[in-house]
Amino acid sequence: MTQEMDLNQRFEAYIASDQKIEAKDWMPDAYRKTLIRQISQHAHSEIIGMQPEGNWITRAPSLKRKSILLAKVQDEAGHGLYLYSAAETLGITRDEMLDALHTGKAKYSSIFNYPTLTWADMGAIGWLVDGAAIMNQVPLCKCSYGPYARAMVRVCKEESFHQRQGFQIMLNLSNGTPEQKEMAQDALNRWWWPSLMMFGPNDASSKHSEQSMRWKIKRFSNDELRQRFVDMTVPQAELLGLTVPDPDLKWNEATGHYDFGPIDWSEFEQVVAGNGPCNRERIETRVAAHENGVWVRDAAAAYAEKSAERASSQTSAA
Amino acid sequence: MSAPKTEWPLWEVFVRSRQGLSHKHVGSLHAADATMAISNARDVYTRRQEGTSIWVVKAEDITASTPSDKDVLFDPANDKVYRHPTFYDLPDEVKNM
Repeated sequence: MTQEMDLNQRFEAYIASDQKIEAKDWMPDAYRKTLIRQISQHAHSEIIGMQPEGNWITRAPSLKRKSILLAKVQDEAGHGLYLYSAAETLGITRDEMLDALHTGKAKYSSIFNYPTLTWADMGAIGWLVDGAAIMNQVPLCKCSYGPYARAMVRVCKEESFHQRQGFQIMLNLSNGTPEQKEMAQDALNRWWWPSLMMFGPNDASSKHSEQSMRWKIKRFSNDELRQRFVDMTVPQAELLGLTVPDPDLKWNEATGHYDFGPIDWSEFEQVVAGNGPCNRERIETRVAAHENGVWVRDAAAAYAEKSAERASSQTSAA
Repeated sequence: MSAPKTEWPLWEVFVRSRQGLSHKHVGSLHAADATMAISNARDVYTRRQEGTSIWVVKAEDITASTPSDKDVLFDPANDKVYRHPTFYDLPDEVKNM
């Protein structure tokens, strides 16, 4: 009987009862497309996100900091790979996704189009950018698509080290010399607003949000998550003795939240449109890495083919 | 969707988290051959001592039941409650059973 049940009805029933959709289950095309877009963008963000931090690996102030930063950048690579794998379960190939990234068809988080000018930026990225990412990602562990949810559980487990190490860098700088504290303040000034933009457009103008909430891909709205991030982060800035660069920021007794000033969405749109400070450099670096690796991939494939041939000819000879 | 020749085959990765437990599926990755798949799986899926042993299986070699067979395969077990110990009402005086 259930076999005759309309596939869409069954899908909707799964979603309604909080059951996961798995790779081979029937799903509406639009659900599949939304997930492919979101998961691949997420993967691209992890991979491009390696660059701003990779910039400081050779210049980390100590061997300990260098090891930590290396481990963190390696984690970003791992997160990208978990996510590419999750997207592939939906029927898109790795090459198609990479091609979309390299040709600019696919987007990635616009935060990674800002430059990392000082060592304090490693602190600000860990504290604010990873902090905002965690805020976005924790609800995704409960997303309706099984492979994405499972990948996010792994990502979130690893991400909390990223945020803590970033905060510690900020703490050390804030307690350091006046120049070091100034460096930390400057990093906060530059990363604060772009971090708030990471949550995406205001709910009223977010074009994908409503449907994604209905499908339980998204659990909270952009503005809800952004508010949570502000509420969580402002006291941490106070603890550091740093000033959040927003003259309108103040505690609102009535709502129990911080009020904050308007976001400059024209800047966000410019960066998304490809005109941020580092958009071109990020893609050029990624494409160069891909192209310079062609011979390695070809050689490995040729070696694998040869070894397989040799193994099969030995078997037939025996 | 096409599968370009440049792409290495897809491998499914299974990790035994510690001695005494069975291998569990953790995800997948691309690699040219089995040796590379093992070494990539180590880097991608066991950066924090998550494993003591890894299996890799070419994704194309896995045969899976299809979701449309779910009812045929698994529904018949629904009405065989007598397979569960709780089906049997015994007097309270019976101990250790």
